Amino acid sequence: MNRVVSALVIGAIFGTGIAISGMGNPAKVLNFFDIAGTWDPSLLLVMASALAVTAIGYRVVFAARPKPVCAATYDLPTNRRIDLPLLAGSSVFGIGWGMTGFCPGGAIPVLALGNAETPIFVAAMVTGIIIARTLRQRAAQLAAA
Amino acid sequence: METEFTPIASLVGGALIGFSAVLLMALHGKIAGMTAIVAGVLPPVSSDWGWRAAFLVGAMLAPAAIVALGGGVPFAVPVSTVALIAGGIIVGVGVTYGSGCTSGHGVCGIARLSPRSIVATVVFMATTFATVYIVRNVIGG
Repeated sequence: MNRVVSALVIGAIFGTGIAISGMGNPAKVLNFFDIAGTWDPSLLLVMASALAVTAIGYRVVFAARPKPVCAATYDLPTNRRIDLPLLAGSSVFGIGWGMTGFCPGGAIPVLALGNAETPIFVAAMVTGIIIARTLRQRAAQLAAA
Repeated sequence: METEFTPIASLVGGALIGFSAVLLMALHGKIAGMTAIVAGVLPPVSSDWGWRAAFLVGAMLAPAAIVALGGGVPFAVPVSTVALIAGGIIVGVGVTYGSGCTSGHGVCGIARLSPRSIVATVVFMATTFATVYIVRNVIGG
């Protein structure tokens, strides 16, 4: 199958999952984190279900095929170091997720629903990604010089 | 703002998210992490931006199609525009330094039992809980 067409279909399955699960609804996401208030445990089931399917599915895929259907190799992260950027970045991400109820995977699928909030969040998020990438590249250049 | 507990929809939706992650690995050999997929289509674009752009278009089209076909996608944002802008920048910076978000670390990484992803997910879930508590009970209370 054509790589672009298959990625489009896989993206559509992802987007359908986000829409049905409620992960694209900031009010619902924030309520999962508000145990002392208007708690909605739904997100726990989204994560548990996604994780179970992925964990089993990956094992089946890796056992059944030495390489992916449309690519030469499985492109898996090899970095295993628990370093400062990982810890600091993840801490910071949680602050932003808690402020907005939007995470990247939750926001992109609801971008085309016609509301005003998602494009504002995504534009700010893209700005943040570009700022951080630029800073990381500068730091890497300085370290190499 | 209260939201209804939706166990069936959330289990089914979560399974579809997992199914898409498995398909992306089986067909393309790629991790279904939204951070890396979005970053790959931003300038300077990644050399293999084509599949990423297609994935993003598909992800956006599906919920719009559900609405067009008469289905509902519940959506409400109980925060201010200022919080959206500041929080958006903070999310973008955090996921870039943290090398991933809920999809990449929380689903794909933990499914591979990656120590980095397990630690990242515990850390960002903890700071999200803390932030929501502070916003709703300390600042807003």
